Amino acid sequence: MKKLINDPASVLADSLRGLAAAHPELRVDLEHRVVYRATPKAAGKVGIVSGGGSGHEPLHAGYVGPGMLDAAVAGEVFTSPTPDQVAAALAAVDTGAGVLQIVKNYTGDVMNFEMAAELATAGPGTAVETVIVADDVAVEDSTFTAGRRGVGTTVLLEKIVGAAAEEGQDLASVTALARRVAESGRSMGLALTSSTVPAAGKPTFELPEDEIEVGVGIHGEPGRKRQATAPASDLAKLLVEPVLADLDFTQAPVIALLNGLGATPLMELHLMYGEVAALLDAAGVRVERRIVGNYITALDMAGCSLTLLRADDELLRLWDAPVATPGLRWGA
Amino acid sequence: MADVSLEVLGAWLRGFAAAVAANRDQLTALDSAIGDADHGANLDRGMAAVVTALDARPAADAADLFARTGMALVSNVGGASGPLFGTFFLRIGAALGAATTVSAMELGAALHAGVSGVEVRGKAELGDKTMLDVLVPALDAWDAALDVPDSAPQLRNGAPSAASALSRSCSAAAARAAAAARDATAPLVARKGRASYLGERSVGHIDPGAASTALLFAALADALAE
Repeated sequence: MKKLINDPASVLADSLRGLAAAHPELRVDLEHRVVYRATPKAAGKVGIVSGGGSGHEPLHAGYVGPGMLDAAVAGEVFTSPTPDQVAAALAAVDTGAGVLQIVKNYTGDVMNFEMAAELATAGPGTAVETVIVADDVAVEDSTFTAGRRGVGTTVLLEKIVGAAAEEGQDLASVTALARRVAESGRSMGLALTSSTVPAAGKPTFELPEDEIEVGVGIHGEPGRKRQATAPASDLAKLLVEPVLADLDFTQAPVIALLNGLGATPLMELHLMYGEVAALLDAAGVRVERRIVGNYITALDMAGCSLTLLRADDELLRLWDAPVATPGLRWGA
Repeated sequence: MADVSLEVLGAWLRGFAAAVAANRDQLTALDSAIGDADHGANLDRGMAAVVTALDARPAADAADLFARTGMALVSNVGGASGPLFGTFFLRIGAALGAATTVSAMELGAALHAGVSGVEVRGKAELGDKTMLDVLVPALDAWDAALDVPDSAPQLRNGAPSAASALSRSCSAAAARAAAAARDATAPLVARKGRASYLGERSVGHIDPGAASTALLFAALADALAE
């Protein structure tokens, strides 16, 4: 294992210290491992908290800032943060209008955030609502599993919901909006290589040089199938077809995210987006907004994922609203 | 003393911590087969924090003992095990309240409250290949031992040591049932947690949470036997 680290045990703490040095516009609570805006938003506006295991950067700390999150709670690599960490963030960002927490659908995350909400409600009396993102169509048998995993839609949801909170919508409206976005997004990914968790020191799963994992999760969870690698034009179909089969994207404007999993060059991501865009066009999908890059990663996994969000004029308006975070920035 | 004392309950928790430490690598090996290979390390870190919390000062009552245990787990384990084991102990503490000694019946009722907490938190059902598949049969065995005819009269008569003898037989029965139930998770298909994404590929492996839960009941039986 070759990584730019000091010690596998201190990767998260060292990385958060570096994040603080790189971004003076953020305030990093190293004790609770929570990243806040250095300048909190105005009182009376709903707070937006997200978080989860680390290793998916820029998600979530990279989305803290005006127009998006108020706080991001960092767990160990690929491990949920604990309720006391999350509860500290919930209490800190509550300006009286309550807090929405955004949770990706993993067993540990759901339970820890649920307990955090109980602690924050019972203790400081914070009004907490929760939205769970479960958009990974790779999980077919969702009745008999922990359900679909939360992946790329989380990025789009944090942006849109963050804009709504910034313009002063109340907790009920922001929560309803978050649920609508969560229900309208679908994702599918594929891996060319495994990632290596620093504490483990070796790849999470074995993948032969000439094979890909189709439908991989962002922690290296097994996907739908393994197959021989193929030209990008064929790989694009493996992403587009299951997403379009799961939800009708032809009747509304669409926001698309072609996401890198951490170790794939932007040149290849653009190439893949070209293939994906052509397939979407041929299928009658009207992509009104798109972003291409590394937005929700899996450490050093090579590969990519596609997320489509069925939008409307209101979602497009909130998408276009100013945002100023390390990971997403426009109009500000 | 007829009933189970706070000291014995504390010995249970310390014994569980020692068992988790001793079986840390084995729990992690089980988890690497169908999960993310951190169960032994995470639970060991959590139980070490429990021992530190218990060492800080003597417990005032059962609620205090188990609340400190639960919160140490919740704050230090992470993943799903932290909330699940944490909730289990928090509910036991809430059920026992200000008691400083507990009867077999009270301890059984508190364990039931703990299991209910795990059910609500984890939303798993029996047969999903989780810790619940050990908790439920272990408690069934506890309840069955409570109802054994020649134990019940002793309890009613209030003979010295009769109640703790009953706790001993209940916990021994629960530990035996837990060990069998742990092994019985191997043929199950996981339907909760990260293992569920493996579907049929989870068959043939003991659930790591079931294995650590069996250690929990073995530690209880050991603490009561001493």
